[in-house]
Amino acid sequence: MTDLNALTIAEARDLLRKGETTSVALTEACLGAIEGAGVLNAFVHNTPELALEQARAADARLAGGDAPAMCGIPLGIKDLFCTKGVPSQAASAILNGFKPEYESTVTQNLFDAGAVMLGKLNMDEFAMGSSNETSTYGNVVNPWRRGNDETPLTPGGSSGGSASAVAADLCLAATGTDTGGSIRQPAAFVGITGLKPTYGRCSRWGIVAFASSLDQAGPMTKTVRDAAIMLGAMAGHDPMDSTSADLPVPDFEAMLTGDIRGKTIGIPKEYRMDGMPDEIETLWAEGRAMLEDAGAKIVDISLPHTKYALPAYYVIAPAEASSNLARYDGVRYGHRAKLSQGDGITEMYEKTRAEGFGAEVKRRVMIGTYVLSAGFYDAYYNRARRVRALIKRDFDEVFAQGVDAILTPATPSAAFGLGEMTDADPVQMYLNDVFTVTVNLAGLPGIAVPTGLDRQGLPLGLQLIGRPWEEGDLLNTAYALEAAAGFVSKPAKWW
Amino acid sequence: MSIDIETARRVAKLARIKVEDEDLPALAGEFNTILGFIEQLNEVDIDGVEPMTSVTPMRLKRREDVVTSGGMQDKILSNAPDAREGFFAVPKVVE
Repeated sequence: MTDLNALTIAEARDLLRKGETTSVALTEACLGAIEGAGVLNAFVHNTPELALEQARAADARLAGGDAPAMCGIPLGIKDLFCTKGVPSQAASAILNGFKPEYESTVTQNLFDAGAVMLGKLNMDEFAMGSSNETSTYGNVVNPWRRGNDETPLTPGGSSGGSASAVAADLCLAATGTDTGGSIRQPAAFVGITGLKPTYGRCSRWGIVAFASSLDQAGPMTKTVRDAAIMLGAMAGHDPMDSTSADLPVPDFEAMLTGDIRGKTIGIPKEYRMDGMPDEIETLWAEGRAMLEDAGAKIVDISLPHTKYALPAYYVIAPAEASSNLARYDGVRYGHRAKLSQGDGITEMYEKTRAEGFGAEVKRRVMIGTYVLSAGFYDAYYNRARRVRALIKRDFDEVFAQGVDAILTPATPSAAFGLGEMTDADPVQMYLNDVFTVTVNLAGLPGIAVPTGLDRQGLPLGLQLIGRPWEEGDLLNTAYALEAAAGFVSKPAKWW
Repeated sequence: MSIDIETARRVAKLARIKVEDEDLPALAGEFNTILGFIEQLNEVDIDGVEPMTSVTPMRLKRREDVVTSGGMQDKILSNAPDAREGFFAVPKVVE
């Protein structure tokens, strides 16, 4: 039998309901796996006592017979989620010692459904990064390696700890957040499924804000079915988030029929980038063929403003971040710098923020400050918001033509080595999100599904983009792609 | 558009982030790389396009204008680096 920590959510749920395992047993198996995987640096605050207490409560509820699907399922939670009484630092030194007095809506929803929290997961500082190298806790290591080559690889970012933990079977699934690709890019780098829901599907309340008009929480799981189950528990209207959608949450799992006959899948020509590795090109062509074989109609489409998504993102996201991160001033929570004789409140702000923020966060806060400053607001910020409207219009038009989902590569490459991008300029790192960032700007749901391995044995993924609020249909297309690809590879355990 | 050292200093000041003088040239260089990348947006014809304000068209909900929460001074102060007598404490602001 499979080790308990290697189960999917669906498998564990079925065993729990049949009484063939317990949440305590699942939780202990995960806690043991976490203990043996310190070198991956995925879990950064462990909560074993809380986990076992939640597991015992879940077992009692299961014995009562009416437990929801997530009841008793051990999860990892990205450090960006505020969890009551448990350190929640967004992987930043500026939130050293911060223990929220409240619970984020998404984690509360998961706990209400009976889920178990094993601990908090590493990430890029304030979710700003694509390689998990900007964290105050240090780098996360990808459990995958290039064959016998021991070079440590990035799990991607910003949800790198979530990706690494799920791929290494340290938990059954994890929460992630996605502002420009932070769920889908790491999911692709470690061979798991990552879903960014429609903007507004999951409440942002209690999630440390990066770029509020783009941020969205979502599940990172071993299968598409698990993503459907977990999204159902995370989603829902929340009066505490004014952008949370007051729409019913369907039974996403029940929509997984695998039947995509008659669906129209668009292939956008603008996603064929210059210098794209031929392995990515081949993967994409294979995905197209798989969906066609499954009975979908494939059409070539055009999303003409794709090229401008990343530059628009690198105005809008830093602008919003500079505003959101203004709250870290050393007054209400977290770090405060030691002051010298004669220092006033301005020196306190400046020194605290200089010490507490890492280089990438400082860079983005200052870029955001610049594009919002007097004289540049129209030239940069308003122009970017107008380009954003055009990017969304591109998608609206293809959906109006009858396209049900759009197939693209998830990332422009497989996972790269930690440190390999250190000397590159910041823009080179930003290019990691070239295929994912359009989806955030347009507020759409997008999912990364692993579909193959590259020559070095590293996983590669494809992305499907769906119509707003139609995660159920999107998940069903992803389910068909998953079934056709038959991706079952796992990293060989070396840690 | 090119950012010089003085502009980098001014932006750091506006962002309330202390940057040492010797680090300003490198910072200005990074800003220029990023802004150079952003300049591509000038190629787009945006005539007649409104800036996006909300990605999903929705009407903000309204509620009764009443107090819904409060009375949790201890919780609010519990994470403060320096809290005294029920207040956040900071260095002297007014001479």
